[in-house]
Amino acid sequence: MSDDNFARFTKCAVEVLSVEASAVVPEATFESLDADSLDLVELVMALEEEFDVTVEEEELEGVSTIKAAYELVTSKL
Amino acid sequence: MQGRRVAVTGIGVVSPCGIGADEFFAGLCGEAPVGERRVHDFEPARYFANPKDARRADRFAQFAVAAAAEAMAQAGELTADPDRIGTFVGTGVGGIQSLEAQIEICLTKGPRRVSPFLVPMIMSNAAAATLSMKYGFRGPCENTVTACAAGTHAIGNGARLIASGRCDAVLAGGSEAPFTATAVAGFSNMTALSSDGVSRPFDRDRHGFVMAEGGGILVLEEMDMAIARGATILGEIMGAASTADAHHLTAPAPGGTGAISCMRLAIEDAGLQPSDIVHVNAHGTSTGKNDEAEAFAMEKVFGAPGPAVTSTKGVTGHALGGAGAIEAAAVLLAMSKKVIPPTWGYTTPDPELPTIDLVVGEPRPWEPGPSMSNSFGFGGHNGSVIIGPPPA
Repeated sequence: MSDDNFARFTKCAVEVLSVEASAVVPEATFESLDADSLDLVELVMALEEEFDVTVEEEELEGVSTIKAAYELVTSKL
Repeated sequence: MQGRRVAVTGIGVVSPCGIGADEFFAGLCGEAPVGERRVHDFEPARYFANPKDARRADRFAQFAVAAAAEAMAQAGELTADPDRIGTFVGTGVGGIQSLEAQIEICLTKGPRRVSPFLVPMIMSNAAAATLSMKYGFRGPCENTVTACAAGTHAIGNGARLIASGRCDAVLAGGSEAPFTATAVAGFSNMTALSSDGVSRPFDRDRHGFVMAEGGGILVLEEMDMAIARGATILGEIMGAASTADAHHLTAPAPGGTGAISCMRLAIEDAGLQPSDIVHVNAHGTSTGKNDEAEAFAMEKVFGAPGPAVTSTKGVTGHALGGAGAIEAAAVLLAMSKKVIPPTWGYTTPDPELPTIDLVVGEPRPWEPGPSMSNSFGFGGHNGSVIIGPPPA
């Protein structure tokens, strides 16, 4: 995980999910961050904007942790 | 109102002249500003469980949540079964600010960037739904959408549920946050708005309303239950009525015929005579046609000069679907403070209007008695509620 990319990812998560930056760790689940499926959609929209990538809705299936979301987005860079 | 008596045990207000009931009433008795009446220094996050929830509520729902928080704190712990507590919040245009913001995103960034929270933010029942969830009230939860009469109708509808026995308590009121470029343009282009930003109800030189935002929520309870739990009774919803002009989408019926029938029905619903009404908080928007129709209607119902009339819209401007609830709060506060706030902006009598006993200049001391609050909405919706002081 590049520090720079993860910092950008964290910034989006903090903004959209209203959580502390310290809570945005790879192993954290969205459930533990009190984020439901619509929160995840909104987060991915912010990440698409930040990283200038496109994530299809069906790709979000099974994405339940910060690590999984981070890898999904950065795999498209 | 046929059936059980309905007490008011909590008042909450978010208004351009003050957040919180006391600040609001002091604002009504102070100087009126000029221009759009916006609510300043409003911090929505204070009223929500977390900043995320606050951000995902449109401003009109945020006002309702804030007003309800104040009203519920004042009411204290309700003893009613949550299955028998209702939530009725009116609005004219619902989450229009969120809609306009997302339309811009859709047009500039494409549909993929439209918020997944668009729908729950813009739906006009969002304020009522948010309150029912916050407090766990599982009785009827509904949204009255009758333009500028919505706040008054919501209070009447909520009170009726208590009187009829379906509910033992109801959170009732209205809320509006209508300031978007498009909405202002729409009202402006129909020449409904005051061109100089001055609200001057019933004045000769009135020529439009001043747009406002804000909300008001009341806690209504079945009277005996409220007394039994030792609640402070702030007033009583004695009667309410709703009629339609069946005339025109934006102009009132000539002579205020719809308003006349509404006021008469409300007085009858309260078991009173017109001569029992000592105060009217008029709809009094400062438009040529509303104030004319309402003044003639009041003359017809009460005779001249009739009860003490004020339009608090001189200060607050017109918060559309929030107005009726804000003004019902103004009547209840006028009872507890024992003064009627004046009609700011009024300076010159209109020779075309019948004589009404308009409270102008200074707040007027009074002995609180049965009072009426009127609201009339585009669409020809008329609403009146009769509010009584707390039982002696």
